Amino acid sequence: MIRIGDNLVKLVLRNKEYEVRAGMNLLSALKKCDIVPESVIATVDGEMILDDEILKEGVVVTLVAVISGGGQP
Amino acid sequence: MKCRKCGGKASVNMRQHKLALCKDHYLEWVPEQTERFIKKYDMFTHAEKILVAVSGGKDSLALWDILNRLGYHADGLYLGLGIDGGIGYSRESQHLAERFAKENGLKLHVVDMEKEYGQSIPVLSEASHRGHGKPCAVCGLAKRHEMNRIARDLGYAVLATGHNLDDEAAMLFGNTLHWSSEYLLRQGPVLPESDGLARKVKPLCRFYEREMTAYCLARGIEYIYEECPFAEGAKSIYYKELLNQLETTRPGAKLIFYLKFLEARKRGDLFAEQNIERAHLHPCAKCGQPTSAPDLCSFCRMIEKVNAAQSIEGI
Repeated sequence: MIRIGDNLVKLVLRNKEYEVRAGMNLLSALKKCDIVPESVIATVDGEMILDDEILKEGVVVTLVAVISGGGQP
Repeated sequence: MKCRKCGGKASVNMRQHKLALCKDHYLEWVPEQTERFIKKYDMFTHAEKILVAVSGGKDSLALWDILNRLGYHADGLYLGLGIDGGIGYSRESQHLAERFAKENGLKLHVVDMEKEYGQSIPVLSEASHRGHGKPCAVCGLAKRHEMNRIARDLGYAVLATGHNLDDEAAMLFGNTLHWSSEYLLRQGPVLPESDGLARKVKPLCRFYEREMTAYCLARGIEYIYEECPFAEGAKSIYYKELLNQLETTRPGAKLIFYLKFLEARKRGDLFAEQNIERAHLHPCAKCGQPTSAPDLCSFCRMIEKVNAAQSIEGI
């Protein structure tokens, strides 16, 4: 498991990185980073996690953007 | 959060259904629901041959996977659009579609636009001066034309696309902003077959986009994650973002928006259908597909125009 220190949790969305304090749940972390929860799926070590997951110190949350499109086939 | 079926740790939470499921039960639930929608909207039967439009993206690969798991005869169609954007977008998409087909023993038809018509989509767009500097209009036109041509030529009963509920809600939102009555009356899970036009269906139209992402993650389906290089700033993406903000505070808003529209349309509450002037369709003089234009269809006119311009340049 990839971990970072200083009581922080890292969130990664495409090539952007965000840091929040450990101990908050995912939903609060997303709101803190101004990320619309509906537009991402959060994973830790490849496993999906939900809004109520408490983010522990050092965890890296990879956010998968769900919106795609542009054209209408 | 716990899985409603087994009490184990949930991996997917669908607030609009007040339903959380673990990975295994989610992977059972998605095909069950898809089958339910296929039957509810009379999309197709197990006796019919289905052509799935496969882009290498999450929705179309998920759809192909689900139909295969449900035991339908579903072949794929990949259209090589020739989009690079510095990331080899089309090349990578094709690679992922072909790999999925190979790993699952499925048949994939590949049509390369440049080989077929002498031009990639970006070149065709530039040469035809359509779409205000972006190839999206030409891309959509070419895809519709080619998907129908292949479905018709190869004898498929139905053409299935991976449109999800977010696609449908964004399209509905855009059409409502403009009160595009003719488009609104045509939008739905099924576009019935008519002379020269294959039946078109959208079996994923009631799944949220994030549910299809979750499905691919849970199934281990590798899809093209990068956006089409030309999608940046697209209105449909902006509408999706707006609707997701609404959904965050009002779970189920997107679903209700779409379902209530379908109900109203079915009841005839939206517009009086008889008041809509239906354009007379006749076969294009070149390709034979239905068109409302007097001689050639829009696609063939565009090809002729580009070829004519290039032959003048070559003189």
